[in-house]
Amino acid sequence: MEIIVFYLFAAIAVIAALGVVGLRNPVYAALCLAVVFVSFAGLYVLLSAPFIAVAQVMIYAGAILILFVFVIMLLSPPVDQGEGALKWQKPLALGFVGALAVQLVLVLALAVLPSARGSLTPEVIAQRGDVQVVGAALFSDYLLPFEMTSLLLLVAIVGVIVLAKKR
Amino acid sequence: MNLDLNLQVIAPALIVALSLLLVLLGEVFLPASQRRWLGYLALIGLLGAAVVAAMLWGANLSGFGKMVVADAFGLFLTLIILLGAALSVLLAFDFVRAHQLDTGEFFALVLSAVVGMIGMVTATDLIVIFLALELLSLPLYVLAAFKRADKRSLEAGLKYFLLGAFASAFFLYGIAFVFGGTGTTNLGRIAAVLGASPRSDVALVGMGLLGVGFAFKVALVPFHWWTPDVYEGAPTVVTAFMSVAVKAAAFGAFFRVFLVALPELAADWRALLAVIAVLTMTLGNVAALLQSNVKRMLAYSSIAHAGYILIALVAMGVNGAGSALFYLLAYTLTNLGAFGAVIALSDGTRERLELNDFAGVAKAQPLVAAALTILLLSLAGFPPFAGFTGKFFIFGAAVESGWAWLAVIGVLNSLISAYFYLRPVVQMYMVEPAGGWNRLRVAPFVAFVLAIAVIGVLALGIVPAPVIALASGGFLK
Repeated sequence: MEIIVFYLFAAIAVIAALGVVGLRNPVYAALCLAVVFVSFAGLYVLLSAPFIAVAQVMIYAGAILILFVFVIMLLSPPVDQGEGALKWQKPLALGFVGALAVQLVLVLALAVLPSARGSLTPEVIAQRGDVQVVGAALFSDYLLPFEMTSLLLLVAIVGVIVLAKKR
Repeated sequence: MNLDLNLQVIAPALIVALSLLLVLLGEVFLPASQRRWLGYLALIGLLGAAVVAAMLWGANLSGFGKMVVADAFGLFLTLIILLGAALSVLLAFDFVRAHQLDTGEFFALVLSAVVGMIGMVTATDLIVIFLALELLSLPLYVLAAFKRADKRSLEAGLKYFLLGAFASAFFLYGIAFVFGGTGTTNLGRIAAVLGASPRSDVALVGMGLLGVGFAFKVALVPFHWWTPDVYEGAPTVVTAFMSVAVKAAAFGAFFRVFLVALPELAADWRALLAVIAVLTMTLGNVAALLQSNVKRMLAYSSIAHAGYILIALVAMGVNGAGSALFYLLAYTLTNLGAFGAVIALSDGTRERLELNDFAGVAKAQPLVAAALTILLLSLAGFPPFAGFTGKFFIFGAAVESGWAWLAVIGVLNSLISAYFYLRPVVQMYMVEPAGGWNRLRVAPFVAFVLAIAVIGVLALGIVPAPVIALASGGFLK
């Protein structure tokens, strides 16, 4: 049962991701991105990480995507008519990306991945609760990365204001 | 769950972060006429961090569950980065005013990039390295586009941002693969898992993707395409800062990840990086031959220098990391000095950027011309300057570990480079001056930077032994 649900979400995610890069109308591409985000949330639930799944829906599918759509509406870019300046790069890029994709899929298909190496097994998570586990890890073992992220966000805000403010 | 709050380890970065916050507050509360003090504040923060970093020397602390360390390697690079940043801030004092850039934001962004750089060279966990990489990249994207009235500056910022985001994605994907193959992001534990288990193809793919991310940041061929455009378009002070500090930081993490976490895979990455080093040196030097714009020439020259430093990584061994540290110090002083000379020779906001703008400069500005000549000779690797000593140690390390052919290609490349480094010198001394340039007094801060650079380059070239003793303490593993 679990494996069927996994393949279902995975297939939806891949098809929608192809839509993001393939569709010419940016609004359609953004909507496909929403589908990708939501199907990823489904995968996180399967990995017994419901908190991450909820955060994924709220932050990515909610906030970030709304922002994308707003920017698209405000700028109203013309629908891509194909045939841009990049003529010979296109087949080259397809070739490289295809080779990389084949390699990654082959390596992952043939590999034996180590599972549940750390102390956070599904049982521990079920016992202590997902949110508590994530919170405790964030404010103890991963305190430094957490604080660095806050500085990163501050810098991003300053940077955006510098670039966008009026002279 | 363990709370390992060893704040001492990150004290240098904390001090820089604190001065960043003070500069931001100062920008809000100080009247526009008083904002030049923010530059001094940034300078004090950088010097304070350098003092603290020097005090941590020899203690070999680690903290936050072994996510950061303050070992000799990390502290040496921290000091190089702080030196590069402090000299860039000095160059920026008058530059920011002359080009009417936003003072407070400029220094705040430089400081935040420095926090990220210190994080990169002291981190021993892939998650921290990634966050530090972003913390150094984001402000630089903005700084590259800082001259918002200038189309080329905006183009530089956008190009750097798009390609940088692309490279970050590769890097993150690499972390995911390494984590998938080993079950940890700690560099020491990755090495332990790889050493104990059979060859992992997943970790190998992760290594490749991490390599792409690093290769982009230090501008190795074939991931160098952004460099000339970004270096040319960005404000000259920003180019100077980027060309030295980013290299030191990214090479620091590059060396640490490959020498500490992935030595088990050395057989796989050494040959690959050797080929990339050859391509990088050759393409950088040959392309620099063809440039008529000095900033573009220095951009290609910085690509070539990344190739030389990569030889030290391929050499591994006792001298590999140490010779790279020495080279990075020499390169930081030399390159910042060369950009400082370009700034010193500018006429208000009009800069001498084309080769023939340098015609006859030696008559009008004999001291600056002499300084630029020394710095260019050092970049080309002439004795008795620092560039020569640095190349000598890197090539020596390569020969010692059995990569003599790589050293030979490096020497041949240095010979090619002598041609384009001497072209501005010939213009300055042997061509009659062209009219139309006002002779301006060189700003004291810029003159100070030039003096420091020239003295440093001479001292490192003539009596390198004490610094080499310090640098070789930075032996990894």
